[in-house]
Amino acid sequence: MTIETRAVETPAIETPAIRTPAAANGLALETRGLCKSFGALTVADQINFRLERGARQALIGPNGAGKTTFVELVTGGLRPSAGQIVIDGADVTDLPQAVRVKRGLARTFQITALFRRLTTLENVTLAIAERDGVAGGLIRPAGRHNRVIEEAFALLETLGLADDALRPVSALAYGRQRLVEIAVALGLSPKVLLLDEPAAGVPSGESGLIIEVIERLPPDIAVLIIEHDMDLVFRLARRITVLVQGRILVEGPPDAIAADPQVRQVYLGEREHGRGGR
Amino acid sequence: MSNTFAAFVSIGFHGLAFAMVLYLISVGLSVTMGMMGFVNLAHGVFAMLGGYVLTSLMSRMGVPFGLALIAAFLATALGSLILERLLYRRLYGGDELDQVLLTMGLIFMSVAAATYVWGPLQQPMHPPRWLSGQLDFGFRSFPGYRSFLILCGAGLVIGLWLGLERTRFGMKVRAAVDNLRMAQSVGINTSRLFALTFALGSGLAGLGGALGADLLAINPSYALDNLVYFLIVVAVGGLGSIRGPFIAAVLIGIADTGFKYLLPELGAFFIYALTMALLLWRPRGLFGRA
Amino acid sequence: MATEGLVRPRLKPAPRAPLAPQQAIDAFARRHRYRWWEALPWAAAIAAYVLFPSYLPLGAQILATILFALSADLVLGYAGIVTLGHAAFFGTGAYTAGILAVHGWGEPITGLLAGTATAALIGFVSGWIVLRTTGLTLLMQTLVVATLLYEAANKASWLTGGDDGLQGMEVWPIFGQFRFDMFGRTGYLYCLAVLFLCWLFARHIVYSPFGRSLTGIRENVRRMHAIGAPVRRRRLIIYTIAAGLAGTAGALIAQTTGFVGLSFLNLERSGGVLIMLIIGGVGRLYGAFIGVPLYMIAQNRFSEIEPVYWYFWIGLLMVLVVVFARGGILGLSERLRR
Repeated sequence: MTIETRAVETPAIETPAIRTPAAANGLALETRGLCKSFGALTVADQINFRLERGARQALIGPNGAGKTTFVELVTGGLRPSAGQIVIDGADVTDLPQAVRVKRGLARTFQITALFRRLTTLENVTLAIAERDGVAGGLIRPAGRHNRVIEEAFALLETLGLADDALRPVSALAYGRQRLVEIAVALGLSPKVLLLDEPAAGVPSGESGLIIEVIERLPPDIAVLIIEHDMDLVFRLARRITVLVQGRILVEGPPDAIAADPQVRQVYLGEREHGRGGR
Repeated sequence: MSNTFAAFVSIGFHGLAFAMVLYLISVGLSVTMGMMGFVNLAHGVFAMLGGYVLTSLMSRMGVPFGLALIAAFLATALGSLILERLLYRRLYGGDELDQVLLTMGLIFMSVAAATYVWGPLQQPMHPPRWLSGQLDFGFRSFPGYRSFLILCGAGLVIGLWLGLERTRFGMKVRAAVDNLRMAQSVGINTSRLFALTFALGSGLAGLGGALGADLLAINPSYALDNLVYFLIVVAVGGLGSIRGPFIAAVLIGIADTGFKYLLPELGAFFIYALTMALLLWRPRGLFGRA
Repeated sequence: MATEGLVRPRLKPAPRAPLAPQQAIDAFARRHRYRWWEALPWAAAIAAYVLFPSYLPLGAQILATILFALSADLVLGYAGIVTLGHAAFFGTGAYTAGILAVHGWGEPITGLLAGTATAALIGFVSGWIVLRTTGLTLLMQTLVVATLLYEAANKASWLTGGDDGLQGMEVWPIFGQFRFDMFGRTGYLYCLAVLFLCWLFARHIVYSPFGRSLTGIRENVRRMHAIGAPVRRRRLIIYTIAAGLAGTAGALIAQTTGFVGLSFLNLERSGGVLIMLIIGGVGRLYGAFIGVPLYMIAQNRFSEIEPVYWYFWIGLLMVLVVVFARGGILGLSERLRR
């Protein structure tokens, strides 16, 4: 079973999309020569990254490899020193975060960042209202936007969160809060979904739930998982990119990555000692 | 021609004296805001306390000027230490609104308490005889007390900067302002560091209030009336910066003196307009971090 | 800070039967419905009109100040912007209405609207500048804006009367019918009517999707950015609206008391409105209705004895509220009910 998504209702786009040949290639996300440095420290070095439509890809790398920086660059939290970011064929390098979201880029946070005192349902409702461009509305009360509420509720049902719909997020078990993170991102009907360590901090008993949800994500969404947990990566990803010292070391299907001597040395070797770190 | 020149020299001179006072009072505020992220609106209360200690010791008990200055520093440092342990500490890392309320409450209490103890009138400040005349610098003479303010202020500023640069305590302060979490993780006892920094900053404010008692008149609503000045210095200088407020204090001290001298009918208005313009250009101040 | 939006404990704990979509929709719709206790402040205001005819001038000031506090609640309680310069807009509204009345335009309704519009304009322009920052820097900048206006009013004494305040206002009868009488009856009812309309407006905003998104900004700004919300624009809109309402409140006081002074713009005014709001409870829309009357009636009693010590007690109260009673009176009562 897959989670049903509605057709993306694209709200008015403020900046005309620059179509590049990449769109024809079926790339959901691409970075070209992406660089970022803080003073003398280079944290992203000529990253040429490609994420196909409907991909299930993982980005792995040892601590300090620049994974978080990469996510921030792609989502718009940081400005790159050089290079381009292309979402669905359109160059978004100079666009603010909000516009990138409207172009179909959604993310979850490594450390849960939800509206803790609001209900689960309202967390998702806020996202859907934002996607539909009705979130700035002043005329009709929020409680009358039935379509938005129904969609939010339906989304929670598919994630098995319906019973928690009216409870504040802070009252949920942490594993379920991680699911709400995913639900909020899905509420944006993304084309590209960045999952930043989706199972971080979740007790092992509950992580199965999260894996199951990720497996059921709609096939047309391109999913990029940034992860430490190798079991999860090898279970979910059909393609793996290894980032080391701000550079892409190697990329390929899981078997090839697992067998790659370079990766074994740099990453998997480190894993024996460095596991459990952030 | 020479008249205009004399006017500018005079503005620069008095402006610099004012700047020293502003800096001594505000530097502690900048550091507390930068290091602990604490909005201490009541910072001016410590400056006021310093001023009251000095004026009462000198005029009521005949304590010599130098001794009264030291007493002003110690009394405010000690007083602030008590408040820090009792109240401020609870709100580190907390809600800004709580901090605003707490410190506004302290200001209000200080207004009433100062009125109760010292009465509603302004406290006269009489510089010691050896500083009250004119000092002859050869090419022209300057008021003795203001000259002393500038020299004494410069001495304190240099001492403070060297201290922060050279001592272990100063190193810890800079580390904590720079990156609090990092400082904690390398084993700096931040609770004690906060208390000491707070006391030092407040003590300096007390000293500034005492030294500047003839520039910023000591009266019960001191903390309320001058709050904006102190905050502007910090805002223009950049939160958490130690040298930024000095540049800001010099700019504001001289500009304020100049505008009040040249355009008395517009008074302090220009300073605020200038501040807004500057913040429009650099929202985080001259030396603020993005 | 706030608890609306949070599930009330009254809801049955964990229903056995799975939730139906309709229930979820109902739960949302229930929120913006009027509840019986929302009539209480208005009943009390009308009762006060009948019971205390000799206190109506004070009553009118209380009503206008409630509006001022309500506008501060929109900024502080809903958008999470801590401001020390809200008096800027209050004073702007008051001076606008006052100057119009001194210079021969005493028609109250248009004066009120002019005060609202001018304050909203100042709110928009200053908000555009200061809302680029957050936290301490923002706090300081709001104070600088208010002080700037204070100095402007102080120096432009040909227009504002400077230190002496604006005197000699002539306010015409409302709708050409109801004159402002010396007992303050008209003034009281005028303030009550305006407050009621503004309250309906504020309430509508709070329960609109826009209001909900403000709550989102207050709760987690990072997440709001991540779901693509134009955070700065939303903040600027509510800042402008709240500035306008604060201007309305200032204009009301100017018209009913016939006086505007520099104290309308000072830090005590900005700080005072925060205190009143905190005493009642922030982010609840009704905190203003509790905090303002309590504060102003107490102040009225106290200042007859010794105004300076009033400051001491109010300062002490603030310290105690912060240390022991966050959430104000409404917060305390919510905690007791649990």
